[in-house]
Amino acid sequence: MDAITIEGLTKSYGADWPWRSPIIALSDLSLSVKQGEIYGFLGPNGAGKTTTLKILLGLMRATSGSAYVLGKPAGDVRSREKVGFLPESPYFYDYLTAEEFLGFYGQLAQLDRSNISRRVTELLELVGLSGARTRQLRKFSKGMLQRVGLAQALIHDPELIILDEPMSGLDPIGRKQVRDLILGLRERGKTVFFSSHIISDVEVMCDRVGIVVHGRLLANGRIDELVTHQGAQSVEIVCRDVAIADLPLISARATRVLQQGRQCLIVVASEGMIEEALSEVRKQGGKVVSITPHRGSLEDIFLRQASGAEPNPHIQSRVA
Amino acid sequence: MQAIAVIALNTFRENLRDKILYNLVFFAVLLIGLSVLLADLTIMEHHRMIKDLGLAAINLVGVIIAIFVGIGLVNKEIERRTVYTIMARPISRTTFILGKYCGLGLTLLINVLVMLSVFLAILGLYGVPITWTLFQAVQLVFVEMLLITALALLFSTFSSSTLSAIFTLAFYVIGHLIGDLKGLMENSQTVVLRRAVAGLYYLCPNLEMLNIKGQAAIGVAVPVTYQTLASAYGLSYAVASIVLACMVFQRRDF
Repeated sequence: MDAITIEGLTKSYGADWPWRSPIIALSDLSLSVKQGEIYGFLGPNGAGKTTTLKILLGLMRATSGSAYVLGKPAGDVRSREKVGFLPESPYFYDYLTAEEFLGFYGQLAQLDRSNISRRVTELLELVGLSGARTRQLRKFSKGMLQRVGLAQALIHDPELIILDEPMSGLDPIGRKQVRDLILGLRERGKTVFFSSHIISDVEVMCDRVGIVVHGRLLANGRIDELVTHQGAQSVEIVCRDVAIADLPLISARATRVLQQGRQCLIVVASEGMIEEALSEVRKQGGKVVSITPHRGSLEDIFLRQASGAEPNPHIQSRVA
Repeated sequence: MQAIAVIALNTFRENLRDKILYNLVFFAVLLIGLSVLLADLTIMEHHRMIKDLGLAAINLVGVIIAIFVGIGLVNKEIERRTVYTIMARPISRTTFILGKYCGLGLTLLINVLVMLSVFLAILGLYGVPITWTLFQAVQLVFVEMLLITALALLFSTFSSSTLSAIFTLAFYVIGHLIGDLKGLMENSQTVVLRRAVAGLYYLCPNLEMLNIKGQAAIGVAVPVTYQTLASAYGLSYAVASIVLACMVFQRRDF
């Protein structure tokens, strides 16, 4: 059983009113998240990431399609029993102390009193807030709120943790702490589904990634597979005993050429140009030292998808 | 059931930390101040005025809290997005609504009990005879508060805080005037107006049914049967409002 299964999910607003043209936030989105993996849901602002998470958590209803969380239909109260959630820029009951706050969520998760007390101590320790146990949340910094929010999501030791932009607005130290926490969850066999528009975070942590743009899933899979699938973005050829001036054909078509003493560097745009370059180098008596293909990064894929996708004319940023 | 209690107690704690109960100081100062000012009246008038003012002050303070805290019960949760993490737990939306309502109900109960104690202490201080009707009047004031809270909660599930306040206040005012208005309109020649007032009469709760403060101030006994029926009437409206609030909230996207 997958932790999350989404099939043909569509969400539109205003479809109930004949005089309003519907705004489509999600369009026929399908994906699955396996148990025990970290899945990064990547997309620019307004792509439909939060809408997807809200549907999974029953905060919103889909217009069509289906979504299952731990085998139960999304929206069903029981589907949320083993799920922890941290919203983007979380706002909490700021009149509560950290201890009361976590205790409240522990009670909602129906933990008994002794269990709550133990979990509160453990989690405050885990997120580095033991010293702020009796401090009201209104006196917390943004980073502290994010960490106590993460502790809240983990209070009942859930199997699936859904995080909406968990790193947004954090300083580098805070981001590293949250990142380590998420990686620690995977080590304990938990499934993490998180949305982000920060590519480096997704690249470092995720087993698999989905790229959503304008409400559509444009890429989905393991990062290495996605990158390999794109082919080499450029190829670096280093040769010696030859001068750039003697290689007029390839110099004209190369992305970049550089002469350094007896060695020269030729950068071509595709693998198809390697043979052409090598034959010209050999013809001039040069020797090939190395050939290095450079693969595209997740960022390249993301930028290509984000800029290449046709915008949905009905989409608006408010549907983030 | 446990989740309702958890949310209710948290709502009560929020009311305490928001210093809602500070109104009690205002109430006590107002009541004591007025009692002193009215000391020059004849004994009978003085006793009646203290009872009149005390009951009116309990009613006023209670209704203000019911309206202005009631409209924020759900709205504030949505606007501040605190509702996200709660609704992401395995609790139903109905549980959430009931929990929030019970929480404010508890705040109002404590508030009324403290105000009643202050009121009784002042009555004792001036040697005013304490009658059973006074307790009946306060009990019906509490029912009115529960009804107003339910209405405020209902409006706050689908409109902004400002609109919810306006709607609730309108229902409160109409609820107190509708009985008289219907009586006046019964002889009206304009059929449309007569029907509109009649429609309003059946839609709005007649809050004057819950008002026996006048009788209590002059010491006229009110039958327990009336008190029970009036309470049932007010609570039925409150239950209907909460059921509607749950239905509206159930359909909402956050």
